[in-house]
Parts: sequence; structure tokens; C-alpha cells
Amino acid sequence: MTAAAELLDRLSTVRGIRGSVLVSAGDGLIVAESLMTGVDGRAVAALAASLVSRLRRATESAGRREPVFLQLHAAGGTVLAAPCGTELVLVAVAGPDANVGLARLEMLGVAGRLT
Amino acid sequence: MRAVEPWVMEPLERFLGESSARLTLLMTSSGQVVAQHGFTRSVDVMTAAALGAAIVASTQEIARLVGEPKFLSMVHQGLSQHVFLSGFETPRGRWIGLVVFDGESTVGLVQLFFDRLVAELAAAAPREAPSERVLPENFERELNASLRALFGR
Repeated sequence: MTAAAELLDRLSTVRGIRGSVLVSAGDGLIVAESLMTGVDGRAVAALAASLVSRLRRATESAGRREPVFLQLHAAGGTVLAAPCGTELVLVAVAGPDANVGLARLEMLGVAGRLT
Repeated sequence: MRAVEPWVMEPLERFLGESSARLTLLMTSSGQVVAQHGFTRSVDVMTAAALGAAIVASTQEIARLVGEPKFLSMVHQGLSQHVFLSGFETPRGRWIGLVVFDGESTVGLVQLFFDRLVAELAAAAPREAPSERVLPENFERELNASLRALFGR
């Protein structure tokens, strides 16, 4: 197992996390994944990378520094994303029962190790 | 956007909106254009169609050499613009999609929404038999009709 896959597996042990993917920021393709059945990792990867790229441009246009964390609440759960430098984005899909605070901490830790 | 086959319009429109592609061509495996978006000159669309079909045919041979039944898609990466090519089955036979995209999109997004386009085309295709084969005596008339449909002139 690669180091990235090990980090994703550790993240998946956080309560309520349905899966996580490490995405190539430039092309929206999966680099490593740890997903439960039913989570479309390819779609999550492509859409989250696009979102982070647009958010990056928006913060840049607003004269702010790069975003460090993105949290999207939906009716059925949450999508979390943490850019790892300019090359990678770490994305996690969480259910409504997730411990989002702990997931955020873990993700920032993983992002720091991958940067 | 223009299409020779009107039922292609809706799925293609959705694909264009979601993928942010700059140029898109749908063609038969022999390079006959079915729909196009973004091209302004007929000579460009015909050239792109012929080259796209040729590239897919060439890679089919490479697939055969390496023992792969077929390649599902390929991406030509440029500095600022990229080309995505994919052959797929439809109820009207094998078609090819050629998509040009830039920094507004990514290969992941194009691939994701292209797969949805393929599924939507399969669902939207009329069930009746495809139109008759183009005979040599009708070729020019058919070609002109296609160009009118694709460029509105």
C-alpha cells in the first residue's frame, strides 16, 4: 500500500467519513482513493478539483491568500476538501453523522504531510 | 451548436454546459459529422473530423498490438488546450467524440460528463432503423444538406 493510501485509510476511520480521495488538482483525476461502496469517486474527484480551482481563483481575485479548507454542507452530508499545495487536493465525503471537526483536523494533518 | 440528427441536441447541450468544453464534434467512425459546437468554418470541422477518426483508427491498431480489445478514450495534452477523443457505441452504430477544452475544464470533468453524454445519447436515440446508406449519386446532395445543418448556410 502506498503512503497516500495509508493516510486515506486512516482518515476513513473518522466517524461518518464515507470515503476520501486524493485528486490531481490540474486534471481532476484520482491519485489514490479509499471509498465505501456507492460513492462515485471519479465524480467526486473531478467536481471537487474544479470547485477548489475556481475557489482559488476567486480568493486570488479578492486579494486573499489561497483557501486552506473547503466545507460544503448538503442535506445528506458534507463534502470536505483540503488543497495540498498546488498539485493535489484531498477530498472527503462525510455522512450526516460525521465528526466533521475531527475530520477537518485529520485532513489538514494529511494535507500538511502531502504538501 | 448544430446537429444533423436533432435528437442529439439536448444531451450535447447539457454536456457543453457541464463540461465547459470549447469545441465538440460528434462523428461516425468514418468521420461523417453528426453534430458540432464551436467551429465556425466548415473546412475546420471536416478536417478535425477526418483527423479524429484517423487517430481513433490508428490507436485501435495499437490496442490490437498490445492485446487490448480497444482503448476507451485518449487525451492529447497541450500547453493551454487539450483534446479528448473517445469512441463509443450508439444505437446508430459506433460514433466518436472529439472535445477540445482549456483551463476552464479538466480531463476529469470532460471524461465524467462525456460518459453521461454517451448514456444519454443511447437513451435518446430513435429506435427506428438508421437512414439509408448514402449512394454515390446522392453524395453531393447529402453532403450539402449536412453542411447546411451544421453551419446553417
